[in-house]
Amino acid sequence: MGKIVTKHLHLRYGDFHALKDVNISFEPKKITAIIGPSGCGKSTLLRVFNRMNDLIEGVRVDGEVLIDGRNILDPLMDLVALRKKVGMVFQRPNPFPLSIYENIVFGERIHGDGASRDELDGIVEHSLKSVLLWDELKDKLHASALSLSLEQKQRLCIARLIAVKPDVLLMDEPCSTLDPQATARIEELMRELKHSYTIMIVTHNMQQAARISDDAGFMLLGELIEFGNTVQIFTAPQDRRTEDYITGRYG
Amino acid sequence: MRKFKEFVIEKLILLCGLASIFFVILIFLFLLKEGLALFKIESPLKFLFGKSWYPISEPPRLGILPLILGSLLVTAGAAVISVPIGVGCAVYIAEVAPLRIREVLKAGIELLAAIPSVVLGFIGMVTLVPLVKNMFHLPTGLTALSGSIMLAFMAMPTIVSIAEDALYSVPKTYKEGAFALGATHWQTIWRVMLPAASSGILAAVMLGIGRVIGETMAVMMITGNAAVIPRSILAPVRTLTATIAAEMGEAVVGSEHYFALFAIGIVLFVISFAINVTADLCLHKKQS
Repeated sequence: MGKIVTKHLHLRYGDFHALKDVNISFEPKKITAIIGPSGCGKSTLLRVFNRMNDLIEGVRVDGEVLIDGRNILDPLMDLVALRKKVGMVFQRPNPFPLSIYENIVFGERIHGDGASRDELDGIVEHSLKSVLLWDELKDKLHASALSLSLEQKQRLCIARLIAVKPDVLLMDEPCSTLDPQATARIEELMRELKHSYTIMIVTHNMQQAARISDDAGFMLLGELIEFGNTVQIFTAPQDRRTEDYITGRYG
Repeated sequence: MRKFKEFVIEKLILLCGLASIFFVILIFLFLLKEGLALFKIESPLKFLFGKSWYPISEPPRLGILPLILGSLLVTAGAAVISVPIGVGCAVYIAEVAPLRIREVLKAGIELLAAIPSVVLGFIGMVTLVPLVKNMFHLPTGLTALSGSIMLAFMAMPTIVSIAEDALYSVPKTYKEGAFALGATHWQTIWRVMLPAASSGILAAVMLGIGRVIGETMAVMMITGNAAVIPRSILAPVRTLTATIAAEMGEAVVGSEHYFALFAIGIVLFVISFAINVTADLCLHKKQS
């Protein structure tokens, strides 16, 4: 059984049926990519797993989403615990308008119970090292996070997540604002992170999905058309629509 | 012909623009001319820091320290009351309130701004003043505290609407980021939204205070108008603005008293100007 499993997942915004009967299973410590044209529901699907769709009024979700065997759609689900466990990286890097240091210890400050200065310093060093930013930033930890480059900001956002020790990383087109070199470096980082986290990435860059993912799913108009091993999806797709998409006939 | 019309309209608009600057300069020059004349007779230090204001005694004693302190005390009191409530109200409207309550509250705030200050002063005189008198067992309810409470009502609309604007313009991505890290709504507001909006909120506070310090009518009606150095917030005070309004009518044109009132005008102008510049800097910082 997978780390994350959805059963008959439906999502509606008012009258709009955004996700239709999605059944999918994500393996632990792997990168799973969700591809598909804009508006196919892939970001919406990602946002089901940390219940970010709750912020939007008029959303109804039906079905089951099991993470480690627990249905997270349960109205009694502790959202704080869920979001600690399932972290998210956004399309546009969104560091808070605070210092680099404060961005990283944000999670500890809201969840922890008064960690000492030394512990906080340790968290900052460890998190920045895991995203390979420590050497660049160790001398300016108290500079504003808004002064960083886009790539550094996105790495900082990942570091900020790692600091709360999640299990699952949801990445919503994390490279769409970056140039090709920065994208390559973030992908390298993702391969590194795969050893410790279950990663789910939404992208409409098919090459990116092919490069980094172990499994891939193709979505169209709210439906999961095909799901399987990445190599198989890209070389021998079973469904005609998947084949049309990856060969560039639409999307 | 069309070109000529364009030309005339363009020049007319230019004239309108220049007129506003022109009048400001005229007013400023007049204020300086009349106010500075005082310093031929009285030293600026004695004027600013003199402890007694007896403009019609012989010789007149023109120290405005009691008036400055009166203004500062009333303003500080109003700020202490209106800033927490105003910012809290802004947070509620921008972040917490359901859509319908938000609309009602915003309309209410605008209505509060529309009440003429003399009406507020009058209401304060018949309701607030007796209340303060009885609550603190004072000989009179016409005190700095009454003025502060009344002025807090006047500063509130400015503070709420500008602070709400500042909070509303905080990028949504900050909020999402905080929620995605497991922050509660309150933690998100306190640790992310308020710091992100801080310069706008500071500007809101400064503009609110600017409104308070220039206010005349309501304070004149309910602060007691005693030109003595206030010993506490429960004592009657007189503000700079109230002094000018109350005495300009009876000051003999060209007398020391007359010039002194204009000099008070300069002091007020400097204070308001400093506050507005600070507010402007705060807003500017936000944009850059």
